[in-house]
Amino acid sequence: MRIPYSWLGEWVRVPWSPQELGSRLTMAGLELDALEPAAPAFTGVVIAEILSAEKHPQADKLRVCSVSTGQGAPLQIVCGAANARAGLKSALAVVGAKLPGDLGIKAAKLRGVESAGMLCSTKELGLADASSGIVELPSDAPVGKDLRDYLALDEMILELNITPNRGDAMSVIGVAREVAALSGGQVNAPALPTAQAPGPAAERDTLGVHLDAPAGCPKFVGRIVRSVDNKSATPVWMRERLRRAGVRSISPVVDVTNYVMLELGQPMHAYDLAKLSGEIHARLARAGESITLLDGKMVEVQPDVLLITDGAGPIGIAGIMGGQRTSVSADTTDVFFEAAYFAPDAVIGRAMRWSLTTDASQRFERGVDPSQQEHAVERATALLLSMAGGQAGAISVQRSDEHLPARPAVALRRRQLARLLGIGFEDARVRASLEGLQMSVQPTEEGWRVTPPPHRFDIAIEADLIEEVGRIVGFEAIPEADAEVPQHFGSLPSAQAPEWAVLEELALRGYYEAITYAFVDPQLQARLFPDVPASALANPIASDLSVMRVSLWPGLLKAALDNQRRQQDRIRLFEHGARFLATEGKGLDATREIETLAGIACGHRLPEQWGLPPDMREPVDFFDVKADVEALLAATGAQAAFTFEPQALSCLHPGRAARLLRRGVPVGWLGELHPSLVKALEFTYAPVLFELDIEAALAVDRPAYHEFSRFPQVRRDLAVVLDESVALSSLTERVTFTASGLLRDLRVFDVYRGSGVEAGRKSVALGLIFQDISRTLTEDDVASTMAAIVADLRVSLNAKIRE
Amino acid sequence: MQDLTSLVTEALGEVAGCADLAALDDARVRWLGKKGVLTEQLKSLGGLPAAERPAAGQRINEAKERVQAAIEARREALTRAEVERQLNAGRIDVTLPGRGEQRGGLHPVTLARLRIEEICRRAGFEVATGPEIEDDFHNFEALNFAPNHPARAMHDTFYFPDGRLLRTHTSPVQIRALLAKGAPIAIVAPGRVYRCDSDMTHSPMFHQLEGLKVGENISFANMKAALHGFLQAFFERDLAMRLRPSYFPFTEPSAEVDMSCVFCEGKGCRTCKYTGWLEISGCGMVHPNVLRASGIDAERYTGYAWGMGIDRLAMLRYGVNDLRHFFENDLRFLEQFRAL
Repeated sequence: MRIPYSWLGEWVRVPWSPQELGSRLTMAGLELDALEPAAPAFTGVVIAEILSAEKHPQADKLRVCSVSTGQGAPLQIVCGAANARAGLKSALAVVGAKLPGDLGIKAAKLRGVESAGMLCSTKELGLADASSGIVELPSDAPVGKDLRDYLALDEMILELNITPNRGDAMSVIGVAREVAALSGGQVNAPALPTAQAPGPAAERDTLGVHLDAPAGCPKFVGRIVRSVDNKSATPVWMRERLRRAGVRSISPVVDVTNYVMLELGQPMHAYDLAKLSGEIHARLARAGESITLLDGKMVEVQPDVLLITDGAGPIGIAGIMGGQRTSVSADTTDVFFEAAYFAPDAVIGRAMRWSLTTDASQRFERGVDPSQQEHAVERATALLLSMAGGQAGAISVQRSDEHLPARPAVALRRRQLARLLGIGFEDARVRASLEGLQMSVQPTEEGWRVTPPPHRFDIAIEADLIEEVGRIVGFEAIPEADAEVPQHFGSLPSAQAPEWAVLEELALRGYYEAITYAFVDPQLQARLFPDVPASALANPIASDLSVMRVSLWPGLLKAALDNQRRQQDRIRLFEHGARFLATEGKGLDATREIETLAGIACGHRLPEQWGLPPDMREPVDFFDVKADVEALLAATGAQAAFTFEPQALSCLHPGRAARLLRRGVPVGWLGELHPSLVKALEFTYAPVLFELDIEAALAVDRPAYHEFSRFPQVRRDLAVVLDESVALSSLTERVTFTASGLLRDLRVFDVYRGSGVEAGRKSVALGLIFQDISRTLTEDDVASTMAAIVADLRVSLNAKIRE
Repeated sequence: MQDLTSLVTEALGEVAGCADLAALDDARVRWLGKKGVLTEQLKSLGGLPAAERPAAGQRINEAKERVQAAIEARREALTRAEVERQLNAGRIDVTLPGRGEQRGGLHPVTLARLRIEEICRRAGFEVATGPEIEDDFHNFEALNFAPNHPARAMHDTFYFPDGRLLRTHTSPVQIRALLAKGAPIAIVAPGRVYRCDSDMTHSPMFHQLEGLKVGENISFANMKAALHGFLQAFFERDLAMRLRPSYFPFTEPSAEVDMSCVFCEGKGCRTCKYTGWLEISGCGMVHPNVLRASGIDAERYTGYAWGMGIDRLAMLRYGVNDLRHFFENDLRFLEQFRAL
């Protein structure tokens, strides 16, 4: 909402500078967004009259004008504007003038003709973003006067951000009321010329209006004004005010309706009476109805849309926009003014359907004072008659009182006010604050009964009144006070690993945390997880951000690729956040949100550095990342509960993918990206990925102490040759089983293929650590256990023992 | 008997010339060994008259001791030199980088969030969470947004075809926590929120923190103290705070929270648009309708709630000037936040 300071000053005495006013309003809840001058700085621009305008001898599009500034001899000015003509009063930047954009005006020769200045357009003066031709001033504009003085351009405009509860403040009068409440002043409506009393003939000059949907439109005030000259020019003062408020001047009739809306907050509409057929109805739309709006757009309206209609159909969508068929044009002579009260519920949400936001819809949605329609029509009529002549008919008012909004009194308790704000105020101060806002206040035993004025739609409960008191007294008057803190000890579930510790574990292992969007590219996701149903957004911000991620991998893969593109050759990223699985359920159960921790690693195994053996300079592989995952699993204290099971997943390399199980329950995946995807996505190195369900995978088993052996341990190494198909897990399972309680630790220190081992077989070297809890093991103990292990492996796994 | 003095001189010369321990040992054997030159001198004593023997024996022993002492001294010097040589040979360049993996780091938004959570926990607020896909009830209705309320339009909501939505704020966690735990309650709920809006200063996904405290006599004055305390704790400095009346459907009274600009100390700069103030949070006293929708007796209990952008707090804390950096996951950006 843009409020020119001087316009506000017409309605209330403003005891503050524009800056001070802005900060006072801000601290009262009408936030100052910007404070702008009515015009950018310029000097040396005066009102001048074009005495003659001749064609330039050398240029078709230029004119050589003789221009009077009221003193001295006329000046010769070369001008390119099509509207430069004899008799026009315009704005002349004389030699030495400074225009916006730091443009200095000098005497110049244009195509060989001297020019002693420049006739200006509104754009050149910074008064409009675009303009055609030079400024046109009224014929009574005083030649020689400084344009800034004539247009009173040296003022400030306050741009206020009005919250949606304060529709009443979307007008000059509304802001004036706030100023009055804050300054202790009064709102003074400027004296209006009232329309001349209509004669008996005019008294009968009315148009029938029917409230067919009184809940949506309980009040409609209309008036006919005939013989208007809509080709006349809107006075400069009104054009300037409209411009400063951000509204384009169109014609006297339209300008007047906009002016009244800006001033009183009452949206109005003017119909061309000649184009209306029959009487007016305010009714709900019928199925299949449509209307072509003022802006030429045809829209279909639903049955919950309130229409204004005449005998030939819709002529406007109530409270949103008028129709094209009955719109006012320059040729219009007879108009029908509408000033109605449309209930917020009848307007809210409708304009959005056609992607419209109009000045009218914004106000009706938030609530328009239901008591001032007559006043608005009077104001508009008086302004129009003074500008464009005409004869006004009688004001006709249709209303359905039972449907007009009531303003029931609200009780305000002294005790509750002090309790909610944390500080009490003297009765007189409370009362003055509310009365300053035009509320009627009756004292009661516990406090007050307060009746809000008709323009306030946001006062329904006690807390609303408490806010008003706090707002007017000022939030800064409320002290800071500590609350009494209950001695409440929150639970600290030990099964939940501290989040920072989990993240830090990965950070220590070289990973950086990424944060990617929860909605991803459906194509990429479908390529990775063709069989996993995803939830799609109805209104995504972009087609490649349109489905909820079923895994954090799409986002991490994209982040890794982006980094690869930025010449990073070693990338380790992780993310934690929800992934979203579509289910068969309904409502909130239609998606399962799973807190997930996922990571990606590609590029070199270790950062490039000196002193590494060659095999440590290879690209990262499955086992490097498995170690990272195992570090996380070790932190659960339940490492033995986890198993990695070879299992295919379409996006992973079929031979390098594992499902992670915790006590047999799937809790995650680990694997290398499928070679076809590595190629398609153009990864330089094959990424290795992991993903864990945080809750299921990382729940902590509280450590429990158990006795440990203090007796010496004995190590025996064992190299066994096995078929390739035998997994290490089978080998360790057999060894552990056979060694029963004596095996304390088992280490794999080599896996070898090649000379000395048949094709299709591998040699696995184990270090077995034996120890007993209650005694020192003898050579015999160890030898017999080793013999048993060897015997078992020969049979169970077809193993050959390498000596 | 050779001249003892010249023998000693010869022996000392030889010892001094020994370049290593082996040579020194040879010298020791040659002079002091069982058949060493000086030892042999003792054997020659028998040829002397008895009266001269003690004096001659003593001279020989003194000569032996002198040589012995010289050998010990030489041994010590040689040993020291050997240690020195080994140490020199073992010298390394300590400025070479350490071997192995290098530390990564957490995301700055996470760092800010963890810090916020820790500060709030110390003040008795528990951390609560809620789902990111919400329904109209939790995201709007229970928070006192009437259907079609203009404030809904300001939320730029992402919808699913069945009417569910991506939460536009963390406020639904208020409802969930109140329904689950009742009053009194003190929680903070951090999390991702979504609005279909994207430009220099808006991301379609961002992070918010919701705070809620409900009790029998919780007041606006308590809220002021809590927010001011939080901001001072988070930014680790004394700073001014002011509340401006505002509007949120779920609080009444409602306020915007401004704090003095942390870049210019309130003097006015680009970041604060020369106002000296930074808008940092929205807050208010929980609307009675919200308490009622969550099954709380609105006559008995009052409470305050606030919401703030975690990303914004992170930007201010780390001086990040563009919100979009947070979601581009550029390692060159992330590497700047390795510190704990």
